[in-house]
Amino acid sequence: MDRGTWTVKSGLAQMLKGGVIMDVVTAEHAKIAEEAGACAVMALERVPADIRAAGGVARMADPAVIVAIMEAVSIPVMAKCRIGHFVEAQVLEALGVDFMDESEVLTPADESHHIWKHDFKVPFVCGCRDLGEALRRIAEGAALIRTKGEAGTGNIVEAVKHMRAVMDEIRKIQGMTTDELMAEAKALGAPLELVLEVHKTGRLPVVNFAAGGVATPADAALMMQLGAEGVFVGSGVFKSSAPEVRARAIVKATTHYRDPEIIAEVSKGLGVAMPGVDIKTIPQEELLAPRGW
Amino acid sequence: MSTRGIRAKKIGVLAQQGAFSEHIALLRRLDVEAFPVRLAKELEGLDGLVIPGGESTTIGKLMKEYGLTEPVRGLAKEGFPILGTCAGMILLAKRVSGLNLEPLGAMDIEVKRSAFGRQVDSFETDLEIPVIGEPPFRGVFIRAPFIERAGDGVEILARLPNGVGVAARQGNMVALAFHPELTNDPRLHAYFLGIVHGGR
Repeated sequence: MDRGTWTVKSGLAQMLKGGVIMDVVTAEHAKIAEEAGACAVMALERVPADIRAAGGVARMADPAVIVAIMEAVSIPVMAKCRIGHFVEAQVLEALGVDFMDESEVLTPADESHHIWKHDFKVPFVCGCRDLGEALRRIAEGAALIRTKGEAGTGNIVEAVKHMRAVMDEIRKIQGMTTDELMAEAKALGAPLELVLEVHKTGRLPVVNFAAGGVATPADAALMMQLGAEGVFVGSGVFKSSAPEVRARAIVKATTHYRDPEIIAEVSKGLGVAMPGVDIKTIPQEELLAPRGW
Repeated sequence: MSTRGIRAKKIGVLAQQGAFSEHIALLRRLDVEAFPVRLAKELEGLDGLVIPGGESTTIGKLMKEYGLTEPVRGLAKEGFPILGTCAGMILLAKRVSGLNLEPLGAMDIEVKRSAFGRQVDSFETDLEIPVIGEPPFRGVFIRAPFIERAGDGVEILARLPNGVGVAARQGNMVALAFHPELTNDPRLHAYFLGIVHGGR
């Protein structure tokens, strides 16, 4: 029996497709998410909007919080570690989490290097802003990719920008001749082998989710129509006025993302969405998405 | 595929959530029409149904919300061909330990959910499956279930070396604890299509 193989790690990402992964900070939140139909939860001490508000250094959550959430639900539980902080990743693996997010939402621990993710049996998800960043993370062993968006803002604009960048670059590479691919790999800062694979298949080598700013069912369906294979919702559920109904609505809109009548139906009477932030009002040094190398 | 006036069989794959596109791609390689099913009306005119891997709670809830649970139960009672993989096996079972949702109860099996543990315990291994013959089939088990008990009418198609049942057939229904859709090996899908075509 072979455990922790690439097939088994990227395979769990394939099982999450078409689903919604929700940020939760308590066992009670996790149960609400599971009951609403989330395909997994992300166990945190604070949702990104609160991390953004608190400032200071954001680290891996207290293992006691993570374990309480793992015990509360039967769906997969993810947790975040800092970029480059491989010991936080070792701790999360020891706890038995199902997926680890090497996340720009936490304060980076290394300003040059990401974790060598092939060393772990538990799969990783990583954020990206463009195809080069996505392929660098996959080369390091990420089994699932997500857009970074701008976490904790309730503003979808950055996630759209990142998803469009990835999909446009994939289409461009698909249309190139083979002799153009080396220069393209150099320009992207991505391994040639993975650029060749994208050229051949016309898609990322792993599953591709959207994250960072999803606050409404229409936001989720927008990202799916742009090419996402599933959605992370961070602050969008539990910073809204009625988390239960909003969570259910986002799950339904993600499944029926091409059916505007269903999206209209589930969007009725959801109460107040999270307030949201205009990205232009955030000082450059407080943006999370530029973290990652 | 109408060279002899026979239309290609139509297989629906439940697409509430999970690895449905992998099943569709594998089925299309076997010269059948395959497409996603999200709403009850999309069950009409099918010759077979696949319930894919994914999160069983998510798939089960969305089936119920959009009126698919009872029609699929009805199809199962009529002897309709259904293939369930992983979450699909869980949903086909009569009883499931570890699921806060009523399964379809289509097959006389009792299944344990996440029976091998969490993701760190997910694995792949070679399986001897007599109905498809040699070579062994690469079984990919991801937070997988296994069969705790099977009724008299159920044929166990594959076991792990410790004797635990991981594949079963009852009538025209096949349940697999692992993921043939994550391999390049079409033999189990071909076996299911044999049932759809009315063979054994």
